[in-house]
Amino acid sequence: MSNEAVSGPGAPPRRAIDVVNASLKRRYAKERRFRFMGATAVGLGLAFVVLLFADIIGKGYTAFQQTYVRLPVTLTEDILDPAGTRDPQTLAMANYMAPIRKTLREMYPEVTARRDLRRLYSMISVGAPQLVRERVMADPGLIGTTQELWLLADDDIDMLMKGHIDRDAPEGDRRVKDDMLLWVDRLLGQDRIEKRFNTIFFTHGTSREPELAGIAGALMGSFYTLALALVLSFPIGVGAAIYLEEFAPKNRWTDLIEVNINNLAAVPSIVFGLLGLAVFIGFFGVPRSTPLVAALVLTLMTLPTIIIASRAALKSVPPSIREAALGVGASPLQTQFHHVLPLAMPGMLTGTIIGMAQALGETAPLLMIGMIAFIVDVPGGFTDPSTVLPVQIFLWADSPERGFVERTSAAIMVLLGFLFLMNLAAVLLRRRFERRW
Amino acid sequence: MSTTIDVMGKTTGATSSAELAEQRHSRATVGDFTSPDARMVCRDVDVWYGSKQAIKGVSLDIGKHEVVSMIGPSGCGKSTFLRCLNRMNDTIEGCRVAGSIRLDGQEIYDKGLDPVPLRARVGMVFQKPNPFPKSIYENVAYGPRIHGLTNNKAELDELVETSLTRAGLWNEVKDRLDQPGTGLSGGQQQRLCIARTIAVSPEVILMDEPCSALDPIATAIVEELIDELRANYSIAIVTHSMQQAARVSQRTAYFHLGDLIEVGETNRIFTSPQHKLTEDYITGRFG
Repeated sequence: MSNEAVSGPGAPPRRAIDVVNASLKRRYAKERRFRFMGATAVGLGLAFVVLLFADIIGKGYTAFQQTYVRLPVTLTEDILDPAGTRDPQTLAMANYMAPIRKTLREMYPEVTARRDLRRLYSMISVGAPQLVRERVMADPGLIGTTQELWLLADDDIDMLMKGHIDRDAPEGDRRVKDDMLLWVDRLLGQDRIEKRFNTIFFTHGTSREPELAGIAGALMGSFYTLALALVLSFPIGVGAAIYLEEFAPKNRWTDLIEVNINNLAAVPSIVFGLLGLAVFIGFFGVPRSTPLVAALVLTLMTLPTIIIASRAALKSVPPSIREAALGVGASPLQTQFHHVLPLAMPGMLTGTIIGMAQALGETAPLLMIGMIAFIVDVPGGFTDPSTVLPVQIFLWADSPERGFVERTSAAIMVLLGFLFLMNLAAVLLRRRFERRW
Repeated sequence: MSTTIDVMGKTTGATSSAELAEQRHSRATVGDFTSPDARMVCRDVDVWYGSKQAIKGVSLDIGKHEVVSMIGPSGCGKSTFLRCLNRMNDTIEGCRVAGSIRLDGQEIYDKGLDPVPLRARVGMVFQKPNPFPKSIYENVAYGPRIHGLTNNKAELDELVETSLTRAGLWNEVKDRLDQPGTGLSGGQQQRLCIARTIAVSPEVILMDEPCSALDPIATAIVEELIDELRANYSIAIVTHSMQQAARVSQRTAYFHLGDLIEVGETNRIFTSPQHKLTEDYITGRFG
């Protein structure tokens, strides 16, 4: 009967299995093609990720080192403390650049022209005296002695040492001129130039001078912002999800709220920035460019993500657990907190951390609320003006100095590192909570 | 068909054969739905899911120390009726209950009545074993703990032990009380759920097809357990297995499309059903 069905009239009878076998080759070929396309897509994606990381790390790893110049600086009392009182006020105000310049003049007596001298002085960073001052303030006994001090080099010398400036290029195309190359080579010959681990990058706020610019300010700003955003958005988001999913009556109003939450998750983030500017800064008078206002804006932005993820997590808890709890006489709230929430927690935490990671990388809304301001000081609280990592990256990427290029990449590496850590935390938390059966 | 028909409630006494024939096809309840020693009294209960009526004017008593089984084809409303008895239907959106359901004279659908303590008095065992994803001990201790039934750890330990013993599970799990309840076998899980239910000392236990997910051996153990529990509790059990109804219950109620067709002594229902539908169902002509 089945033979008749598959063979045409007059044709020799064919069994169904022959038809199946004939089509088998085609079916397998289709499967192989699909697998090949899948593997290609994954491979291509991975290749681009590798390329991206290689580019960022290749450009950025040098930022973790900084060039220092060792000079025998005579800390003359006449210049630093003419009155000889060792008064901290006087020591703090003293001109520490002068002894450094004097040392340079003594080391290169052949340089006399005013313009050449300026270039000679420019080899040492304008931030170097600050470091000398710190040492002298800590130990006033150094005054009057000659110390071999490691001084921060200017970013041009730093770039030269890191090979970012081509010595063979015509002099006019180089920021480091021929005579400077000679001076640097003489220092190198005397073993007076060294690259060290760049602590400034991690301990300082931003600066106009690349060699003095660090991410500490942006990092602390991001930390305060995210900490506050987490404290605000997690309880509100989870609470809203529990209410909407488990307690709210299903009617036109809750439908409207649900649609709105889903739509808010898709609203461009800059709109939240405008809202924050108008409402938090304009109406409530929250100080601008502070972690406080940034956290409020990012809370608004991440709430839909957290609510949607938490509701999905609550939905995935089997109803039999709720029935079991209600059946032994637990109140609805006890049912939620004793039984449903622990089971939904991994999903909620994943959603929250994804939302936080999104907030960590968010730039656009923060531009609207003044986080783009140039702030040198490392913020010490929620109401100090500050910036955040992605905005700092944006600002540095815009700067013309070669030194900022590597710092941009280095800051991106730090940002990616934190994102990686947050995702790792999400995975670990998930595991931890899931182990409770 | 020779036994006298005992008709109460909506139907009036029937003697003539014409009336008898009519009654065999009517949707009014045949048989005595009352119990001389009733704990739960349900009268003219209607249940709607949205605009669809799932239960139509059902009246039934559940007596002390008796097992009432509810049988009938799928979708006949027996589970819905059972879930009315501890207001479990409250959690279902659009579910409406009318009529009177009293527990020891107290109207359970009263506006002022709190369903939380009601569910402690009317416990429930579900179709699929649903232990909490916690330890065996915690599963049983949870109910007494939230209701504050014990004063200290020792009392709680004792209550857990007696509950598990009465559920016939103690000897199997006494050495692994701290292990997850979800790691037990299906039959053990269901007995754990029964232990969890009796730990809060309910007066009535509702069982919604408690053995449908169990193998015959586990079913036999649970049935034996139900028979033992009868000494202390009133039990209403929904089942798809007519043999089970015959084995465990004293009275049987046959539901059909939202109507309670016939109630009576289990023996009588299975040997001489009065209504055509009951007869068709138990003789296997449909359902």
